[in-house]
Amino acid sequence: MDIKKKIVIVGATSAIAEHCARLWISPHPSHLILIGRDAARVNRVAADLKVRSPRSDIQVIETEFLSSEAIDTTVNSLFKSGVVDIALIAHGSLPDQVECQANLHLCQDALCINGVSPALYAEAFAKEMEKVNHGTIAIIGSVAGDRGRRSNYVYGAAKGLVNRYAQGLNHRFSGTNVKVVFIKPGPTDTPMTAHLKSTGAKLAPVETVARQIVDGIDSAKPVIYAPRKWWTIMMIIRHLPTFIFNKINI
Amino acid sequence: MTSWGRLGATPHNVVPLRDPVDTRFAISHQNHRGVARGMGRSYGDVCLNPGGTLWTTEKLNKFISFNTNNGRLRCEAGVLLRDIQRMVIPYGWALPVTPGTQVVSVGGAIANDVHGKNHHVHGSFGNHVKKICLVRTDGEVISCGPENEPDWFAATVGGMGLTGVITQAEIQLRRVASPWLDTETIAFANLSEFFQLADDSETHCEYTVSWIDCISGVGGRGLFMRGNHADGGGRKVPKSSKLTIPFVPPVSLVNKLSLRPFNMAYFHLNKWKAGKGSAYYESFFCPLDNLLEWNRMYGPKGFYQYQSVIPRRFAYDAIEEMLKEIARSGDGSFLAVLKTFGNRQSLGMMSFPMSGATLALDFPNHGNRTHKLFERLDAIVCEASGRIYPAKDARMPRDVFEAGFPRLNEFMKFRDPGISSGLSRRLMGS
Ligand SMILES: Cc1cc2nc3c(=O)[nH]c(=O)nc-3n(C[C@H](O)[C@H](O)[C@H](O)COP(=O)(O)OP(=O)(O)OC[C@H]3O[C@@H](n4cnc5c(N)ncnc54)[C@H](O)[C@@H]3O)c2cc1C
Repeated sequence: MDIKKKIVIVGATSAIAEHCARLWISPHPSHLILIGRDAARVNRVAADLKVRSPRSDIQVIETEFLSSEAIDTTVNSLFKSGVVDIALIAHGSLPDQVECQANLHLCQDALCINGVSPALYAEAFAKEMEKVNHGTIAIIGSVAGDRGRRSNYVYGAAKGLVNRYAQGLNHRFSGTNVKVVFIKPGPTDTPMTAHLKSTGAKLAPVETVARQIVDGIDSAKPVIYAPRKWWTIMMIIRHLPTFIFNKINI
Repeated sequence: MTSWGRLGATPHNVVPLRDPVDTRFAISHQNHRGVARGMGRSYGDVCLNPGGTLWTTEKLNKFISFNTNNGRLRCEAGVLLRDIQRMVIPYGWALPVTPGTQVVSVGGAIANDVHGKNHHVHGSFGNHVKKICLVRTDGEVISCGPENEPDWFAATVGGMGLTGVITQAEIQLRRVASPWLDTETIAFANLSEFFQLADDSETHCEYTVSWIDCISGVGGRGLFMRGNHADGGGRKVPKSSKLTIPFVPPVSLVNKLSLRPFNMAYFHLNKWKAGKGSAYYESFFCPLDNLLEWNRMYGPKGFYQYQSVIPRRFAYDAIEEMLKEIARSGDGSFLAVLKTFGNRQSLGMMSFPMSGATLALDFPNHGNRTHKLFERLDAIVCEASGRIYPAKDARMPRDVFEAGFPRLNEFMKFRDPGISSGLSRRLMGS
């Protein structure tokens, strides 16, 4: 009997997550649990993955992303039937910075969905994985979290929160069998960035980013920049002195 | 946005379609008329709508179901033929029809009713589509197929995206014993030899296609390639290595200096290598798919493809005439392809394939000079009751279009008034 890896994806309709799922199931059938807010949308992804890998088990869970109780119960229930090998926390949405500045309600939503919610999921998985001393928590952040910039600091701040969170978890689990991987994709060609594409922005193909994520999770790298060039770019941006940084419009 | 021929970029309002359900909303709430766009692998303006809206289908990329017992596949319209092939081949199934590139969407393959190297056996793509879901800009959703709403189906297969947006399709796949092909290459010295080879091969070879030397003017010499699926598999799938033409060179690399030696060398090298061989389906069907963005090679002015089909009884004379005109012009290209279509009737009112022979050539864009040549070719095509392939076209005059597609008036009744493309305005007036 082949043992299928049990992989949970939170925010399974995210294009990056979906492509990771395709890579996970294609060589070896897996047990995938897809979590999303809208069952119809998640089912569409599930059907696609099932066609690609009929021998995989694919399960869909519809849940809330902003309620700590819902997160707690959902994650807890996942471990009832055995350990989880990989949890990929991938949900988020790209808010409009200017609208967030004008409307505090939107700002709150953006901070919660991109920052608080992934952190709560990570904590919930950490609790269960710690008990069994097994599993990898992978969280998709963003290069936007590396330094606050006028063009998207609401999103960036939320991703920065998750970045610190992952760093802390990583510290907590050092020397154990629980791994924490934090992924910082650069601008990627997904529905979330479609409006950027029409303005001529260079976007990385989602397949490439997914490949690096899946490989990075395999080797349990604490931080993955995808594509890799973003490591260099962000290193420069992080280290720019404020008086220069404030002069550039990014 | 531009199409494969890169004849010029025009501004578009690009609206990505996110999923089949949203499509209804997305296309009906537009001020501008729009048209669907798959992978933009059409050469001219059939997939463009300058100044208007393009509904891109890249994200309609999900499979819905696949029955490995009977080969019925349901998927969304943005799924690539390449992804279908790679997914179904391990189960012993394949698409019955694939064009010269696999990087096209299911929607685009239906809307142009594309053909492959096996037309004489399997007809065109539409012959294998069992059902489509068509969404109109007034919000109506029409499910149609050869049995169900056959008129809508016949208008949409080959309908160039003008009847609505296809969101989903059901396709009947065919069994293959192996993804490997037993192939054979035979040199021919002239057109009569070509037609002789075609007639002989069609009875026992599923795939036939020829490369023809359109430059040397020695009367249609070329290389005839034919093949069948091998009986057994087991061979290791070759690793595909991809090369990209990294930038657009300032001038076309396809010019008189490069063409003659290329055609000469290609002919002699392959003649020397002629004979039996074996090939993996991807490299046999789509030899250019590993050379990414090869269309850049034609420089900033882009290029045209001229593909026509001539009914069998006039094919020999008309193609001989065309080759003479082309040789005289000194233009033409590396890619001159000649093949015969079989008798299988296309389902679509506006489908391109019909029984006869089809010649396809790329031409670097030299402006007026190129257009003058096309006019002479048009005259030959019309005289021989042939037609030009709209998927490859960017310039045919309206009368040539109308003469080639006698069911045009019938088709017009099915057009969606909220849809318009560069091609529809050029050839149908709106
Ligand atoms: C190298 C190369 C080789 C080729 N070889 C062949 C060949 O051998 N045989 C052949 O027949 N063709 C061939 N073609 C042409 C190609 O197969 C067709 O142009 C095909 O239609 C392109 O598909 P696409 O997804 O890129 O669609 P596009 O080019 O983007 O669009 C084509 C048409 O389809 C419509 N369309 C796209 N999606 C939808 C949808 N969801 N609903 C409704 N309408 C839609 C568009 O409006 C447009 O009218 C070749 C092209 C290239 C570049």
